Amino acid sequence: MTSSIGRKVIMSLTGLFLCSFLIVHLIGNFQLLVGDGGEAFNTYAYFMTHNPLIKFTSYGLYAMILLHAIQGIILYLANKKKSGGNIGSKYAVSTYKNGSWGSKNMALLGTFILFFICIHMGDFWWKMKMDDLPMLTYDGYNEPIADLYGRVSAAFNELWIVIVYLIGLIALAFHLIHGFGSAFQTLGLRHKKYTPMINGIGVVFSVAVCLGFAVIPVVHYFFN
Amino acid sequence: MKLKLRVWRQKDANSKGGFHSHDVEADEHMSFLEMMDVLNEQLISEKKEPVAFEHDCREGICGTCNMVINGRPHGPQKGTTVCQLHMRQFKDGDEIVIEPWRVAAFPIIKDLVVDRSSFDHIIQAGGYISVNTGQAPDGNAIPIEKDISSEAFDAAACIGCGACAAACPNGSAMLFTSAKVAHLGKLPQGKVEHEGRVQKMVAQMDKEGFGFCSNIGACEVECPKEISTENIAMLNRSYLGSMLSSND
Repeated sequence: MTSSIGRKVIMSLTGLFLCSFLIVHLIGNFQLLVGDGGEAFNTYAYFMTHNPLIKFTSYGLYAMILLHAIQGIILYLANKKKSGGNIGSKYAVSTYKNGSWGSKNMALLGTFILFFICIHMGDFWWKMKMDDLPMLTYDGYNEPIADLYGRVSAAFNELWIVIVYLIGLIALAFHLIHGFGSAFQTLGLRHKKYTPMINGIGVVFSVAVCLGFAVIPVVHYFFN
Repeated sequence: MKLKLRVWRQKDANSKGGFHSHDVEADEHMSFLEMMDVLNEQLISEKKEPVAFEHDCREGICGTCNMVINGRPHGPQKGTTVCQLHMRQFKDGDEIVIEPWRVAAFPIIKDLVVDRSSFDHIIQAGGYISVNTGQAPDGNAIPIEKDISSEAFDAAACIGCGACAAACPNGSAMLFTSAKVAHLGKLPQGKVEHEGRVQKMVAQMDKEGFGFCSNIGACEVECPKEISTENIAMLNRSYLGSMLSSND
């Protein structure tokens, strides 16, 4: 797993796992738009942080994010040395652009996304873990539940936070458009008939997921 | 046609190189290398050092010639080596920038000549195929499906020129290695040692200091023999399979 192909396989498998996480995260987040003052979202957040199986999976997820990020940085730095010049601008003239912009800037996009995840988790996840949020009581729950919805709502009422989220999501979309298809190629899953389909699904998936996430802060900013 | 060339000149591996401008009068029927010959004759008559560049068969099959012309390995024409590129692809008064392959595993020897021994080492690491000696076997004695023999032939078209690694922003040799692996591994004669060969060639490729493939796809665009990245997928698949099935 330390060979060139082995390292790329780690990027591929962790990347695909993170893609599956995005779907779960997006479905959960749509509860922010329910319009019940946050009860659905807060009780969902309570469930996600107290169910032992999900708690266990979430630690796996953090490990996957770190592995994907650290391995990615290692690969980028090694490639920078091995490329024989700056990645993307090895030659004095580059009149002809081969490969998409995203595919050549995966490390840049990835680093940006990592910073975004740090800001994002620092603002919501950390405050919840540190019991910094006001507690609410809901019918049917024995203990008070943290008002994560209130924190999200306050954040998404700030224009600059909404803009940071939109920029983060655009970076994510470009990262995924290359990453999704690339993951299959790295695993050796290539087929004359199915590969164009997989790449197509990758583009639709990337754009749909990022649009889905983008809708939440935008709708919240304008309609709440 | 009058051309303005900006050529990378570098005395030896340890010197710092730079671009030198040369004016040259060429004919549109000349090949690119013939235009370079004219430049060199001109330099020799002026008692200047000629530009060092590699060439051999000049018919597009040996993989010796290599230059990055205006940012593209083997120049602007698709599926063509430098020697088969003709000056009719350029216009009178054009400025042409000529650089050597830039890959860490291909150190520059002089001017436009790079040391591509690393590719030879990858081939050598692949080892042998088991074929009986003696009389030539009957044609079609081993049945091979047409699609498979065509795929193997397409991979075998690789001339090992190094344009893939030169085009790759990561300096990766995956297209070359995968073409060699697919060329032998798809055929029954080469299947016997396929798994071991994949392991050894990938290990050698890593040892030579080539970069990690990130599926950008610039290699297959610039390859003069139009080798497909489907071979890279096959290499990945074979590597993973052989890793799981091997005993060590």
